Amino acid sequence: MSTEGVDMKRRRMLIGATSAISAVGVGFVAVPFIKSMQPSAKAQAAGAPVEVDISKLEPGQMLTVEWRGKPVWVVYRTEENLKDLPAMDGGLRDPNSEVKSQQPEYAANPARSIKGKEKYAVLVGICTHLGCSPTHVPLGAPNSPTEDWKGGFFCPCHGSRFDLAGRVAQGVPAPTNLVVPPHAYLSDTRLIIGVDQGAA
Amino acid sequence: MKALVAMRDWVDERFPMTETWNLHLAKYYAPKNFNFWYYFGSLALMMFVIQIVTGIFLTMNYKPDASLAFASVEYIMRDVDWGWLIRYLHSTGASFFFIVVYLHMFRGLMYGSYKKPRELLWVIGMFIYLALMAEAFMGYLLPWGQMSFWGAQVIISLFGAIPWVGETLALWIRGDFVIADATLNRFFAFHVILVPFILAALVFVHIIALHAVGSNNPDGIEIKKNKDANGIPVDGIPFHPYYSVKDIVGVVFFLMIFSAVVFFLPEMGGWFLEKDNFIPADPLKTPEHIVPLWYFTPFYAILRAVPDKFLGVVAMGGAIVVLFLLPWLDRSKVKSIRYKGLIFKTAVSIFVVSFIMLGWLGTQPATPELTQLARIFSVLYFAFFLLMPIYSVMDKTKPEPDRVTFDAH
Repeated sequence: MSTEGVDMKRRRMLIGATSAISAVGVGFVAVPFIKSMQPSAKAQAAGAPVEVDISKLEPGQMLTVEWRGKPVWVVYRTEENLKDLPAMDGGLRDPNSEVKSQQPEYAANPARSIKGKEKYAVLVGICTHLGCSPTHVPLGAPNSPTEDWKGGFFCPCHGSRFDLAGRVAQGVPAPTNLVVPPHAYLSDTRLIIGVDQGAA
Repeated sequence: MKALVAMRDWVDERFPMTETWNLHLAKYYAPKNFNFWYYFGSLALMMFVIQIVTGIFLTMNYKPDASLAFASVEYIMRDVDWGWLIRYLHSTGASFFFIVVYLHMFRGLMYGSYKKPRELLWVIGMFIYLALMAEAFMGYLLPWGQMSFWGAQVIISLFGAIPWVGETLALWIRGDFVIADATLNRFFAFHVILVPFILAALVFVHIIALHAVGSNNPDGIEIKKNKDANGIPVDGIPFHPYYSVKDIVGVVFFLMIFSAVVFFLPEMGGWFLEKDNFIPADPLKTPEHIVPLWYFTPFYAILRAVPDKFLGVVAMGGAIVVLFLLPWLDRSKVKSIRYKGLIFKTAVSIFVVSFIMLGWLGTQPATPELTQLARIFSVLYFAFFLLMPIYSVMDKTKPEPDRVTFDAH
């Protein structure tokens, strides 16, 4: 094939322009396909609030409910548990709940609870490391992960430890405290998860 | 016969059938000194075919729906005629595929098959390995047992460790806020169509690349440097019939072992099918002790050895990335371990021990002592690769022979 009389500069420009326009086209066509993999409208709607009856919960007990497909724990902490909490601060990564994404503002306090309801801890039971659900290990349990265990949560997957306020210990793989979901009390015995205190 | 020849000629005028046959089989000259380690390439190809065939038949009865998946696997096991066999062939096949691929890769490591001019061949092979890991991981979610669910939860959460975009990316992969029906459905699509398709394409490219540069051999010398008057390597023999027949011997022996496991030990005591996976997925409760299947545990042990979420993920990814770089890390003058010195042989031995120990540690609970051990072996694993540019130059090599070492049988 003869290339005589071919304006190579012009040809390169045309090839370049065609390629660039095609790339933009591919980019636009990719959008619907990528978007189709986002959570669907149905999956987003499934995040409806859940009401929990906590009247039967005894001190020291925990109950698990499902909210947005995740386990949410409600723990009834004893007086002793609550007294132990401040003593743990030294060994924790974020004792004062300074990482804002991990709890609503009304739970950024020492007990990580709504004021007046300190005895209840409401936590999303998903480890902030790689998403396993930690195990509740109460005070004095035979399989305590540490010698001075005051009660809390232990993740069997990668060994992260949390206290009874869901605060993460130092030197474990989990980077942040357990999440406190938005929640509110409808009455003394009825709790709603997924709605902020004050908005209910 | 005459009609067959005529038919062949008719096709040859329209499609390079005979030419392709000659190029890749009848006139593809492979070194005559292949040994035991050279079975695993063709065995890997056979495992691929077995997985495709059994997989097709499994999809005929499997239901990719979070509420039906677990029961449909049990249905295949109990009610579908011969369903148990097809399912066990597929699940055992996955583990055997990895055994074969690991041995195939180790062969390359021993005989320097990644060195010039086969760097690209090695890199393509590593992409196959990567695709295979994705395939195995997504396939493991499908039975929707406890290990399926929590294993996927952990692995997808790894993406969440990437700064800034991580959480959005993890959400996009799952298609829901947790592992859910949407995740199962898309993993089914990827496992059954996308990844097998990519794998087939990569295997094709791998073989084309191999046949362009020619096979390496246990002596690590280039047979193409020594050709006869007809341009045929003097140390080469046609792949077909010599190696096609040799490989069939390997296939027969391999299938005996494979069948023994399929029929008598399909769960392999929890190594091929984990006990917790016989419990349906429960999003509210993580099993006491969660581990990936054995072929991922070396990397899982490295992940757990690092006490930081993001750096752990980086270390695990790095453990795979260094494998890609192998052709440029090894600066030795010779290819084969036969002519390398004591330093390289020691390094390979340490690497093998580290890899196996990490594999074992990845299956154990993360106690402080074992985590310490995992850290030591992780360091050794990386040291093998990262120090290679230094010790492979220091190493005292022996002179390579001019012709391949070969004893006529």
